[in-house]
Amino acid sequence: MKLALGPLLYFWPRADVFAFYEAVARAPVDVVYLGEAVCARRRELKLDDWIGIAQRLAAAGKEAVLTTLPLIEAEADLRALRAVAAQRALRVEANDWSAVRVLAAAGVTGFVAGPTLNLFNAHALAVARDAGATRWVAPYEMGGDALAEVVAASPGIECEVLAHGRVPLAWSARCFTARHFDLQKDQCEFRCMGRGDGLPLATQEGTPFLVLNGIETQSAHVQSLAGDLPGLRACGVGVVRVSPAGTGTLGVVATWRRLLDGALDPAQAVQALDTAGVPLCNGFWHDRAGHVRVRPDGAVAQQARA
Amino acid sequence: MTAARAAPDLVCPAGGLPALKAAVDHGADCVYVGFRDETNARAFAGLNFDDRALADGIAYAHRRNRRVLIALNTYPGEARFARWTAAVDRAAQFGADAIIVADPGLLAYARATHPSLRLHLSVQGSATSYEAIEFHRERFGIQRAVLPRVLSVAQVAHTIAHTQVEIEVFGFGSLCVMVEGRCALSAYATGQGPNRHGVCSPAKFVEWDERPDGMTTRLGGFLIDRFGSGERAGYPTVCKGRYDVGGGRYYAIEEPTSLDTLELLPEFVRIGVAAIKIEGRQRSPAYVADVTRTWREAIDACVTAPDRFAVQPRWRATLGPLCEGQAQTLGAYSRPWR
Repeated sequence: MKLALGPLLYFWPRADVFAFYEAVARAPVDVVYLGEAVCARRRELKLDDWIGIAQRLAAAGKEAVLTTLPLIEAEADLRALRAVAAQRALRVEANDWSAVRVLAAAGVTGFVAGPTLNLFNAHALAVARDAGATRWVAPYEMGGDALAEVVAASPGIECEVLAHGRVPLAWSARCFTARHFDLQKDQCEFRCMGRGDGLPLATQEGTPFLVLNGIETQSAHVQSLAGDLPGLRACGVGVVRVSPAGTGTLGVVATWRRLLDGALDPAQAVQALDTAGVPLCNGFWHDRAGHVRVRPDGAVAQQARA
Repeated sequence: MTAARAAPDLVCPAGGLPALKAAVDHGADCVYVGFRDETNARAFAGLNFDDRALADGIAYAHRRNRRVLIALNTYPGEARFARWTAAVDRAAQFGADAIIVADPGLLAYARATHPSLRLHLSVQGSATSYEAIEFHRERFGIQRAVLPRVLSVAQVAHTIAHTQVEIEVFGFGSLCVMVEGRCALSAYATGQGPNRHGVCSPAKFVEWDERPDGMTTRLGGFLIDRFGSGERAGYPTVCKGRYDVGGGRYYAIEEPTSLDTLELLPEFVRIGVAAIKIEGRQRSPAYVADVTRTWREAIDACVTAPDRFAVQPRWRATLGPLCEGQAQTLGAYSRPWR
């Protein structure tokens, strides 16, 4: 089983991004997703910058994948996709059917079918495979049982799941960070810059609920499937993804590495990961509400009320 | 004066036979419906069509030269895929004029099994660009795509100019602020959402806690909003709650409002929108009648004399009270927040 680092979902200053990936080059991950995965207005790094980082990571023995936006609105977004398709050095993650068509038109095969393509069954996955996909990132809301059925019916395609991180839940044409600061989206002043973990949103009784990250809405709870590793393996999951947070990401990566290598058992890994004061959840994997936490003994913790 | 242009189809919702008849009687060109199960995105208890009602409804519409579209727009899992393909077969057997589908696997099945059945890409298919739409045309032969409610009018026009697929837009009704088909907020709070279960914020996960000082609403246990005793309490959907963010308490995602685009009608006609959709299969036959009649009148006025088109006060008087929170917005089409 491979360990992947998902794309940066928050907007960091340029120097911080370079420093982060310099550290990632020395971290025990197998696959690294690079590029902007949330908002077309965030352009601290250009395509060439990302390709440069990818070369550094490749030299360190990692597979680098260029990701793409999940919401394509303007012709400029399509031009960016065409530029991504035109570079041939790196594999691409397609997060919209626009990207799938652009890649197919450019003759690119071997791309990653991203989680927002909504591939919930083997027939849908076959459409992506016929267009050139060779790896499938399961939709975030998909449960383990449903996933196992798709994997069993889809030989030859690698399956990846979000194993650790806040769950991206929705995207909008609106920017909720700009809204928070009473700014227009086009004059947003890039207020999401430097908010390493987005803007936390709590209910009126103080329960952590969501995170506002520009046009993206995420879960406040951190999905962690460390305790579910035997189930992931039984389902045929081939890649587990850690999604970067503002801090502590490389520690999480190290814990997952030890878990995958057998140096920690799942209970020890959960204990190591359950320290940041942020509630963990794994409800989607167990076909329940996403915020729910199901423990290895089957005990279920609802985490919605104060 | 500009020449009269083709009128966009008026596509109206029906959650049952009385609503279908109301839509047809008041001027809908097309009525869209769903089967009584989770194969469609309004899978509410007591709603939708069994076989008999569907046969009657299609006959009623066809006698009056109107069309019936069947929404099969949820995403089936592998184990129950056959239930969705059976629904496609039934839609074809019943003589549906088109099916509205999101799942690529199901589109592939429909294309291969019923090549003469017209395919519309559902808004749940999340196609927001001509590249995504053309992908579905090339692979499945879709003839129409329903756009998510995220594009500006200029972006809609640009999309229309770059695809041969007919473009349908939402004109009126409840407003999703998120890209349709890519929203798991309801699933995160309750375990059930639009994509897999055909429901958003299902009633069985809703709590209304009324006390002397007001009402608290919850979804899946999460406190969505509190209302003072004089305040009208809205249905608790995640995107329309009041939350605490950075020291402020406000509608952090979206105010409860409805989409109402009557004033954009001349623009829609000018840029070549093929169809305008009214949201609301969960609404009453009386609602469907009022909205259909008003929009029929508006579309007819617009294509007859586009230069003289003006939103009539009586249209506003009819539609205003039907809107959520009695508030209307042009949504992403005009982008006041941009």
